[in-house]
Amino acid sequence: MSIILDHVSYIYEAGTAMEFAALKDINLVIPDGQFIGLIGHTGSGKSTLVQHLNGLLAPTGGSIYYNGADIHDSDYNKKELRSKVGLVFQYPEHQLFEIDVFSDVCFGPKNLGLNKKETELRAYAALKQVGLEDEYFYQSPFDLSGGQKRRVAIAGVLAMKPEVLILDEPTAGLDPKGRDEILDQIAKLRRETGITVILVSHSMEDVAKYVDRIIVMNRGQVLFDNEPGEVFRHYKELEQVGLAAPQVTYIMHELKQRGLDVDTDITTIAEAKNEILKALKK
Amino acid sequence: MGIIEAKNLVFEYIRRDEEGNVEGITRAIDDVNLDIRQGDFVAVLGHNGSGKSTLAKHINAIHYPTEGTVWVDGKDTSDDVNLWEIRQEAGMVFQNPDNQIIGQVVEEDVGFGPENLGVPTAEIWQRVEESLKAVGMYEFRKHSPNKLSGGQKQRVSIAGVIAMHPKCIVLDEPTAMLDPNGRKEVIRAVRALNDVERITIILITHYMEEIIHADKVFVMDKGKIAMEGTPREIFSQVEKLKELRLDVPQVTLLAHELRKSGLDIPEGILSCEELAAALGLSKGKNKRERLNKNSAEKKEKCL
Repeated sequence: MSIILDHVSYIYEAGTAMEFAALKDINLVIPDGQFIGLIGHTGSGKSTLVQHLNGLLAPTGGSIYYNGADIHDSDYNKKELRSKVGLVFQYPEHQLFEIDVFSDVCFGPKNLGLNKKETELRAYAALKQVGLEDEYFYQSPFDLSGGQKRRVAIAGVLAMKPEVLILDEPTAGLDPKGRDEILDQIAKLRRETGITVILVSHSMEDVAKYVDRIIVMNRGQVLFDNEPGEVFRHYKELEQVGLAAPQVTYIMHELKQRGLDVDTDITTIAEAKNEILKALKK
Repeated sequence: MGIIEAKNLVFEYIRRDEEGNVEGITRAIDDVNLDIRQGDFVAVLGHNGSGKSTLAKHINAIHYPTEGTVWVDGKDTSDDVNLWEIRQEAGMVFQNPDNQIIGQVVEEDVGFGPENLGVPTAEIWQRVEESLKAVGMYEFRKHSPNKLSGGQKQRVSIAGVIAMHPKCIVLDEPTAMLDPNGRKEVIRAVRALNDVERITIILITHYMEEIIHADKVFVMDKGKIAMEGTPREIFSQVEKLKELRLDVPQVTLLAHELRKSGLDIPEGILSCEELAAALGLSKGKNKRERLNKNSAEKKEKCL
């Protein structure tokens, strides 16, 4: 069970003067249960790519398979696909609209045609999964803080019971604690349910901390696709395409240059601490 | 008196339900006192809902104090007579670049502000040129803003503010929506304005690495100023910042963790250099050669 992208290309406004190739020959396999970080500078093709995964955009070349079936076959059920592959857009709280939090989260499952009881059970479970307290359920979503609103919006997608959850910069504009809370909840959700998570992010530190695989996009192509330590080893190439390594990786390089025998593939604070303590004992 | 002063500033707003009935009053700013000197680089931190943006909006008279007074360059913001001068002297840059750009061409967009001030045409063009050069966007002057990257758009927004010849610029999370390069471009431009033009900068941000060069940091919580000091003084208090839902730069946190493990390292480490020195690692010969090669580039990455 997986998502497969087979030679996928996408050209915006083909045949006009505005023609622009946003994706060029992308080949990817996304197995169940992975936590993937998708990074790339503005305009590198990240958003175009994720909109292909739930069929919002159809490739102008190549095919996309979800659990073995081509999602653009004429008899493929796209509506079901969109409930299975949940996409949380940037600033999802702008899409909240109901009079209270609970009704807002019910909107998705209700539209799947589920009965009232099942809808409400799912909404309740989803709000619990994002860690929202019961006391907020009957408040207007507009009275909540930025971080809480965003959680409600994510719960709205989780209530569809997706098998794949795609989040486009879920922490933009949140304070550091709010950022950690949301990402911790998502990591926990993934551990408990085995859901596949694709995190689109501009924060190298967040990506390094949470994901087990990083896909780097540049000019519509996959530049790197590997585990964080391996990807951030190429920090010079990453800088050339508008990205960077986490600050801690630069620290390890600096210490190594100065003669401390440390591993420079380190990408998180916890790893760095242990590595430095170990090196100092030698 | 500095360029911006606030005395016993209080701001309250009335919450209403859907029928417009009063539900209660929220005190968003609670007795804030500030004195910011001309030419300072000031950072404001605080969790979502702590009152940072509400405070910022007092600086160019988008909000007026409920109680207390705010002066910009000696002018009381609650006196309507001063409104236009204050808006010209204190410019604002917001989070989303797409909401602030109106021109079809970069140079037109930057000229919008001075045009509205009634600046003569020849001088508008001169100001547009200077402003775009100050943020490194002059070569894009004939481009459409729609085709620029986020960091470039934000720099155009900043140029639009500079063209009004402000004494102070308030930036409310200008990098929140940008990729790492865009963030660097914007912060570099802002620091240059402060260093070279001596424009007072008030930077609101959630990225702790962006403010290690600030002259002063204010931390807000529940509408009050909870902490104030130099970046080193503020970032020395890792646990307190975490309680206030904030963070410290990665290098500061790593040093703090090492200290907790028993290493003899001071609090408030702000750069790789400082951490390496605290660990007793001196610059070797190789290091010096390497530094000569690309010292400027390296310094920036390993803040």
